[in-house]
Amino acid sequence: MGEKLLMKGNEALAEGAVRAGCRFFAGYPITPQNEIPEYLSWRLPEVGGTFIQAESEVAAINMLFGASACGARVMTSSSGPGISLKQEGISYISGANLPIFYANVMRGGPGLGNIAPAQGDYFQATRGGGHGDYRVIVLAPNSVSEMGNFPKRCYDLAEKYRIATMVLTDGLLGQMMEPIEFDFEAVEPSKLPEKEWALGNAEGRERRVIRSYDLKPGYLEKMTLKLEEKYKKIEEKEVGYETVQVEDAEVLLVAYGTSSRISKEAMILGRKEGIKIGFLRPITLWPFPTKVLSQLSERIKKILTVEMSLGQLVEDVRLAVEGKAKVYLHGRPSGGIPTGEEVLEVVKSIMKD
Amino acid sequence: MEKKVFERTKGLTEILMRYCPGCGHGVIHRLVAEVIEELGIRKRTIGIAPVGCSVFADEYFNCDMIQPAHGRGPAVATGMKRVKPDCIVFSYQGDGDLASIGMAETIHSAARGERITIIFVNNAIYGMTGGQMAPTTLIGMKSTTTPFGRDPRVAGYPIKICELLSSLEAPAYLARVSVHKPALVLKAKKAIKKAFQVQMDDLGFSLVEIISPCPTDWFVTPLQAIDYVEKKMIPYFPLGEFKTPEGKKEPLKAETQKVVEKV
Repeated sequence: MGEKLLMKGNEALAEGAVRAGCRFFAGYPITPQNEIPEYLSWRLPEVGGTFIQAESEVAAINMLFGASACGARVMTSSSGPGISLKQEGISYISGANLPIFYANVMRGGPGLGNIAPAQGDYFQATRGGGHGDYRVIVLAPNSVSEMGNFPKRCYDLAEKYRIATMVLTDGLLGQMMEPIEFDFEAVEPSKLPEKEWALGNAEGRERRVIRSYDLKPGYLEKMTLKLEEKYKKIEEKEVGYETVQVEDAEVLLVAYGTSSRISKEAMILGRKEGIKIGFLRPITLWPFPTKVLSQLSERIKKILTVEMSLGQLVEDVRLAVEGKAKVYLHGRPSGGIPTGEEVLEVVKSIMKD
Repeated sequence: MEKKVFERTKGLTEILMRYCPGCGHGVIHRLVAEVIEELGIRKRTIGIAPVGCSVFADEYFNCDMIQPAHGRGPAVATGMKRVKPDCIVFSYQGDGDLASIGMAETIHSAARGERITIIFVNNAIYGMTGGQMAPTTLIGMKSTTTPFGRDPRVAGYPIKICELLSSLEAPAYLARVSVHKPALVLKAKKAIKKAFQVQMDDLGFSLVEIISPCPTDWFVTPLQAIDYVEKKMIPYFPLGEFKTPEGKKEPLKAETQKVVEKV
């Protein structure tokens, strides 16, 4: 805490995780996130932790399943194609109520796509991603500083609710350098309270079982309804967002991550020209800031969603707005990055609509 | 005075098993449970149940248990053992689980020399899903997806896991046993005990493959199933130890320094 560092986004994320108490990482190489495993391959042993380069993404997420079940603070990271492979394990981890933290440093898709920054994995992240009825807490940083500080928030949430948490970021935030200050005291994992559900040394207690199945008729429904109770609590209490100059706004820009920085720039440029632009950035993509957006749409009648994907975030915006305002989309997929000027042009055309 | 000559092992819970008559899982469960009790490690043992008939192993073994995705046992075991090196971690898996969908996890955990123990039950069939072809189904053997018998031109040949893993450097103990005869059951127990002992001594990866009858999905009687194991399975899957820890008294050591010097 306190000292200012200059770091690459991916390295900040890795260092932030270690400072937040991460002591187990398993992953598989993929661009543009390779700095994360490379950094942790020496940093984790330094603090007595474990780094494993797994044979596949599938194996990596299942190593997390085991390590988390034994009570460790665990992490994996990847980019879109690898996150797709991890979905099986994330579904099991969610069904088994285990806390994990992972990061998706998004690249262009679908398929092998490219290695340029993109935001095409929004649906995958916010809809669960794997099979079954479950949710994952999704945090979207928009600076290197947040890349480094969000892992701590993720672990706190993951353990508070026994849920999978993720940072959804992209190649641009992962690769760029910015100053960062860690805003929390380093966590010593051995000093954390013991997890009363973790497997391991069973001396003096009953045996414990961790599983995501129940074949007795009606039981799985009860298990899943219990998950829903937890999700409702999270939707009530853990929503995070940032608003700028919404008070007098006639047009509202909604964007997260990299595209939120571009949108903010468009807002500043527009304000200089006297255009009343407001700005809303969801920091948690799930739970989504539905309430605030619904309230703002009572007054602001034009909303523009800016995303580096072809209309994914815009669906959540429309669901929140429920027809009370007109919702527009400016989407650039598969590695296309909009500029502030470009977004401002779109705002101007909307004003005329 | 009456003398107690037989009792329930504490390694198993009191839940009644739901395995079919003539199935090998019940015997194998009991052997593993007895070994865990005899070695005095029950309170620090974590078991991993597979997907398949023995998914319910998490109810039967009287120790901490986890139930992960199909085939991923060795990866889960890796994660557990690395963060709980003092615990004894075993993964109980069938042939579809270990040798088909989980082949990558099996080979790589063995190649890394993870200090885990795998109990691999080979009954040459997918039991729980109703008798489809497994990676260990014999040539000519009928299953619901090889209704005319396994044809090697279409479905290839059954995989010999112990032989396959023998080519790797790291595994410390690899053995194939069977539970279709009382004398062999005792031998099987010895092998299982050795496998757990290898883990306790930190010598490396251990796996015991156990040939097991499945009368229900072979569509035969329990007695015919035993006969099939004896006459068809054992000749293709020979019993014995494929790798032993003898002469391997030291745990694997890091050689990073040496490599750096060479470069």
